[in-house]
Amino acid sequence: MPPAAIVSTKPVGALYYRHRLPVRTMHWINVVALTILLMSGLNIFDAHSALYWGKSSYTGAGPIFAIGARMDTGGNAHGVTRVFGHEFDTTGILGVSTDRDGDAMGRSFPWWATIPDNRWLSMARSWHFFFAWVLVLNGLAYIVWSIASRHLARDLAPDRNDLRSIGQSIRDHLRFRHPTGEAAKRYNVLQKLTYLGVIFVLVPLVILMGLALSPWADTVWPGWVDVFGGRQSARTIHFISAWLLVGFVLIHIFEVIISGPWNHLRSMITGRYRVKR
Amino acid sequence: MKTINPQRRLFFGAFAAFGALTLAGCERLSRTDWFPKILGAGETASEGAAHLLTSRKAMAQEFTVNELSPDFRSNGTAQPASDAYRALMANGFADYRLEIGGLVERPATLSLAELKALPSRTQITRHDCVEGWSAIGKWKGAKLSALLEAVRPRPEARYVVFYCADPMAEDGTDLYYESIDFEDAFHPQTILAYELNDAALPVKNGAPVRLRVERQLGYKHAKYVMRLEVVSDFAHIAGGKGGYWEDNGYQWFAGI
Repeated sequence: MPPAAIVSTKPVGALYYRHRLPVRTMHWINVVALTILLMSGLNIFDAHSALYWGKSSYTGAGPIFAIGARMDTGGNAHGVTRVFGHEFDTTGILGVSTDRDGDAMGRSFPWWATIPDNRWLSMARSWHFFFAWVLVLNGLAYIVWSIASRHLARDLAPDRNDLRSIGQSIRDHLRFRHPTGEAAKRYNVLQKLTYLGVIFVLVPLVILMGLALSPWADTVWPGWVDVFGGRQSARTIHFISAWLLVGFVLIHIFEVIISGPWNHLRSMITGRYRVKR
Repeated sequence: MKTINPQRRLFFGAFAAFGALTLAGCERLSRTDWFPKILGAGETASEGAAHLLTSRKAMAQEFTVNELSPDFRSNGTAQPASDAYRALMANGFADYRLEIGGLVERPATLSLAELKALPSRTQITRHDCVEGWSAIGKWKGAKLSALLEAVRPRPEARYVVFYCADPMAEDGTDLYYESIDFEDAFHPQTILAYELNDAALPVKNGAPVRLRVERQLGYKHAKYVMRLEVVSDFAHIAGGKGGYWEDNGYQWFAGI
C-alpha cells in the first residue's frame, strides 16, 4: 500500500501511513528474536559466570567481571558481583536470587530473566542458535529491502538539515518535547542516527562477536578473533554489546511511552500514526 | 503519590502480561518432544554454514608458548572411578593398550610406545569449553590420520567412535564416549595426544591418551581413550546420538 494521508473524522489529527508492512513485520520478528536471544544468553552465561580480557580465560590474570555466591558466617548465601576487583553485594538479583517458590538459590541471573528458567545449558544453546539465525536472516532481509525500497535513503539517512538540527533535537529530547504536524511524519535526527548505529554497528557487532566464539568460525581466517583481543575478549564484547542493545530498547520504549504509546503501537501494527496538529 | 496516567498503566500491564505469557510458553515448549527438534534446525543450519564457509583442511588458530595457560584446567572427570583404570595408573600405563577395530581391514592393538612411534604433531591450541571458558595448551600426539591409514578403513566407514575409561554414572556404568566424522578424523590437527606442555599427559587431563579435535568444543575431545571403533553410523551405540553429552541434549556438531 502506498503511503497516504488518511483524513480522520476526529478533530485531533489525521491518520498517516507511517510504517510499511515489511518494516512492521521485521520489527516484531526482532522483538521476539532479541528477547529470546538475551534471555537464553543469560542462561548460557550462567554456565561460566565470569568474563575475561584476552585469548584465554587462564592467563594468570583473573576475570574482569564475575558473578558468584558466598556464604557468610551466619550461613546466609550472598550474591557477589565483582567488577575490576571491586565487589558488590547483589543478593536478590545477581549471584543469589529466589526461585519460583521463594527459596534462595545460586544463579547468575534470576529465573525470570532466563530461558529456560532453570540452569539448562544445552536447551539454552538450542534457543539461542535458532533465534540467532532468525536475527541474521531478518537483518539481511531488512537491509536488502531498505536499500531496494529506498527506506534507507529516504527515511533513515540524515540530510543536511537534520545534521544542523542535532543540538535542537538533543534539547527537545531532554525536555521530552515531541514533534507535531509535518515533522511527526519523519524520524528526527537523533532517531535516525540511533537506528543507523543499531542497524549497522551494534547488531553486526553482537553477531560477529558471537561468531568469534565458535571454534569452527575461527578457522575461516585463523587469528581474526585477535583483532578484537582474542576469544575471551570477544565473549566480553558480546556480553557488553548485548546490554547496550538492552539500553537502546529501554530508551526506545521510554520514548514510545512518553509520546503516546497506543498511537505508536497502532502505527507499528497497522502502519497508521495519528499526527497531532 | 503521583498517579500514573491510565493509558500508560494499561500499556505497562499489557506489556507485563504479554511477557509473562511468552515466558510460560517458552518453558512449556522446552519440555515438549517436538519443539526442541524445531529449535535444532538452528544448529543444523550452523553446521551446514560451517562446512560451506570453510575448507576441509581449514586450520584452527595456533599460539605461542608465551600464551600458554599456567595450569591447564581439568573439567568433567579428573580421575576415572574404575578399578581397571586405577590398575593401569598404578604402573604408569605400561599395560595400556589402545584397541582400534570396527570397519577396518587390519584391526590393531597398540601399546603407548607403539602409539608414540606413529607420525606425530605438536600444536599449541586453544581449548574452548561449551561452558564458555578457554585455556591454551601445548599438545603432542599421534596423528589420527596415520593410525587410520595403517588399519585401512573399509569403503562404508564414515565415523570414528572413541570409547573412554571414565564412568559417568555413580554405579560405574555409562562410560564416556564421543564420535567424529572422517573429515575431522583425517584433519591434520586431529591427534591422539599423550603429552601436554612437554610432559606426559596428566591424569586430570585424560592420561594416557586423549583426543584433540581442534575445530570443536571441549566435550568432543574425549579423555582416557581406550578403544576406537570405525563405524558407518552410530545410531546403535548407547543413546544413539554419538556421544555422552550428545545423548544428554548437546549437539553432535560442536563447532559453535
